Amino acid sequence: MKPLSRDALARMVALHLPTEGFVNLGIGAPTYVADHLPAHSAVMLHSENGVLNVGPTPQQGQEDWDLINAGKMPITLKQGGSYFDSSLSFAMMRGGHLDVAVLGAFQVSKDGDLANWTTGDNSSPPGIGGAIDLAVGAKSIWVMMDHTTKEGRPRIVERCTYPLTAQKVVTRIFTNLAIIDVIGSGLIVRALLEGLTVEVLQKLTEAPLIVLDALRTIRQDGSFAA
Amino acid sequence: MRNVVVKDADAAVEGIKDGQTIMVGGFGGAGLPTGIIKAVLDKGVRDLVVISNNAGSSSDDLSLWFGAKIVRKIICSYPRNAQQFAEQYRAGSVELELVPQGTLVERIRAGGAGLGGFLSPVGVGTVFAEGKEKITVQGREFILELPLRADFTFVKGWLADSLGNVTYNKTARNHCAVMATAAETVAVEVDRIVEVGELDPETIVTPCIFVNRVFMGRR
Repeated sequence: MKPLSRDALARMVALHLPTEGFVNLGIGAPTYVADHLPAHSAVMLHSENGVLNVGPTPQQGQEDWDLINAGKMPITLKQGGSYFDSSLSFAMMRGGHLDVAVLGAFQVSKDGDLANWTTGDNSSPPGIGGAIDLAVGAKSIWVMMDHTTKEGRPRIVERCTYPLTAQKVVTRIFTNLAIIDVIGSGLIVRALLEGLTVEVLQKLTEAPLIVLDALRTIRQDGSFAA
Repeated sequence: MRNVVVKDADAAVEGIKDGQTIMVGGFGGAGLPTGIIKAVLDKGVRDLVVISNNAGSSSDDLSLWFGAKIVRKIICSYPRNAQQFAEQYRAGSVELELVPQGTLVERIRAGGAGLGGFLSPVGVGTVFAEGKEKITVQGREFILELPLRADFTFVKGWLADSLGNVTYNKTARNHCAVMATAAETVAVEVDRIVEVGELDPETIVTPCIFVNRVFMGRR
């Protein structure tokens, strides 16, 4: 059993997005979800610096540095896209107009608390950016992250030890091992990587996991086994 | 007829003084008035309080001001990958007020719109709520966020007419349009100045009432 690769994790998230949803992909790992949207997907991607309906990365040599995403990388605009100022962009985010925000995280608690902006390490200046506004305002907050730290410590915890981004906001966690729903009263395992057992997953998870019904099986490419 | 066109970046920053508060538009390089940034450096002012999204990450941006140690404090949301700023920060020679990005732009909007602040749910239960007044509205907890204004706003536009009407190019609009409402003096660096009447009124993002100076920058 090998954990999902970064691309397979991104594909798994992409397959779950609502087909016609308005979605914001946070900077870092979530950005890769855009490369794995199914061909029939009509997801409209929002970027907080003021653009809706973000298209693919431009060909080399075709970059327009006035057309960038929140990660400050060149993008294109799809037909039907629009530009707007930051105030309107954050009105979309805070005001509950986005269906899903996909964010990276250091830790998520069993109550859905999110810690994703600093580990408290003061050797370099902290940055908060717009992730905190997304975390408070989007209809659904999905986290994608590795299930454990590089040292093997759980990231899904009883209580976050890193400074919080927002309280009780995460609704679903996609990791390189499982899909887990956060329902307020607990963590429900929905899908498990092929070859993995709930017992092993629990050992890698600080907070208690609940299994309610038949689990779906995640293949190595991020899709579900039939 | 009103004409706010000035000849260059130096004229656009005329009157800037030590200790003033300066808003600088831009998200990454888009919307960043690089000519003005250089001109401020040449004026030799210091102890500036800067309001901007980022803290500079390349050779032609706010890195120049941090390198020259002319900034006392920055109010921003994402000062990452900012080497010159990071050095000053570690040395303790610059103050950082870190603000969530949406709160930053809305505080500026409040300043420009004559509001005494606004109630935000962003930051409740986090360090961003510390020291701020909490107000419960309809059962939900909010933080009172206060307005921001500046002595100067410097932004990058695309087209302007001589009255001072401004359009922006694509995602270069970002914080610029809001910052242009919230300073005593607003100077805009643009790619091209056109005749009055050439801009479609439907496309003007910053109406001339907000703009004091416009000049054509070098691309």
